[in-house]
Amino acid sequence: MKITIDRDRCCGAGQCVLAAPDVFDQDDEEGLVIVLQESPAPEQHQAVREAASVCPTATIEVTE
Amino acid sequence: MSVVVVGASAAGFATAEGLRRNGYDGALTLVGAEPELPYDRPPLSKQVLTGAWEADRIRLCRPDKAIELGLDLRLGTPAAGLDPATRHLALTDGSVLPYEQLVLATGVVPRPFPGTDGLRGLRMLRTLEDSLALRADLAPGARLVVIGAGFLGTEIAAAARTLGAEVWLVEPEPVPLGIAVGTAVGEFVAGLHREQGVHLHTGPAAAVRDFKVNAGTVEAVVLADGTELRCDLAVVAIGSVPATGWLAGSGLTLGDGIECDAHCSAAPGVYAAGDVASWFHERAGIRVRLEHRTNATEQGLYVAKALLGQTGEPFTPVPYFWSDQYDTKIVAFGLLRGADEVRVVEGAIADGEFVALYRKGNRLTGVLGVRRAKSVRQWRALLAAGSGWDEALAISPK
Repeated sequence: MKITIDRDRCCGAGQCVLAAPDVFDQDDEEGLVIVLQESPAPEQHQAVREAASVCPTATIEVTE
Repeated sequence: MSVVVVGASAAGFATAEGLRRNGYDGALTLVGAEPELPYDRPPLSKQVLTGAWEADRIRLCRPDKAIELGLDLRLGTPAAGLDPATRHLALTDGSVLPYEQLVLATGVVPRPFPGTDGLRGLRMLRTLEDSLALRADLAPGARLVVIGAGFLGTEIAAAARTLGAEVWLVEPEPVPLGIAVGTAVGEFVAGLHREQGVHLHTGPAAAVRDFKVNAGTVEAVVLADGTELRCDLAVVAIGSVPATGWLAGSGLTLGDGIECDAHCSAAPGVYAAGDVASWFHERAGIRVRLEHRTNATEQGLYVAKALLGQTGEPFTPVPYFWSDQYDTKIVAFGLLRGADEVRVVEGAIADGEFVALYRKGNRLTGVLGVRRAKSVRQWRALLAAGSGWDEALAISPK
């Protein structure tokens, strides 16, 4: 699994961090997404798919 | 089973995608009033309006995605009527679609300024076409009056200033966004606009009384105190109304939007999602209708699961919204309107860097921040738990 993000789209809702806290974080100021693991371990995959689907601005793209 | 989704914007598209992701493989029709495939609206008053983004960048669904999802697309055909008893939906092109499950996601339409029908030079902003047309007319030095200083009006003013237009922002309330976020934060937003050279007129004297019109074209906006603001263009941004006119006579309960139960159901086999849906939010204990981009996705995904019988839980999100004003991003969780108190618990509004909590009665109802987005999110858990005010303050750093 590979995660790519279009950071300009991010609205800082932090939904991804709620869904997959080990894989995503936010910067302190604007709350924009930070990817902690670009190729997450298999046990994270379901959470990452969930994070991508709940992102309100379709910022997260997951390739499997 | 057959599912018809009415409304091909964020909520409708999220519902359709959610249905497929959750295993629904039956017939799926997506009806849209606009001829466009689903696209994202927030950038229309931000990046698209300033020209920072090409229109193509806001697509939520490309043609290959629509095929992959197996969508039967009926675009450019607004819905015309509904008979929930026989489960039939009529479209304006004369076709009638039978359905087993229906999702209503028709959104809102801009509230028109009374008596201005057909006036040239007076715009509204809801669609991609509206945004591109406005952008085309906002040459540097163009004189623009923005009527209404809510989120849309303030964002249009900011984008227009960025483009070098001369901007007047008029609002009959004492401060911009005051109803939405409270007076103190509203004053902060007013300051951002004044710093950028926007001519801000607020309070009862700034209510729009009239328009000066020459040969059908608006030449000036006249305020209650007689001030005449000459302009090349005026934009009306005085709120929106749920797009429910076509449902008159359907038997659905239409109040402020389509009234649904706590599970976003409006009638047997009928759900609603997004800006048009008014539902009973069980944790908040009140009926809620949200015009937030994030809610469109969240509610669409919820309705997909509810429709498929995959969740028995009521829909109780913690609402989230953001607004871009120049280089300042405002972010907020919760229900902020009508708060009894707004208290800054981190930073200071005067420094342009703060977190404020919102109280109604003895409960924490919202949190808003500027340049402290990560801190803001840390309050979300308390909102999700329905925290009391004292409990929230006890853990705050100040």
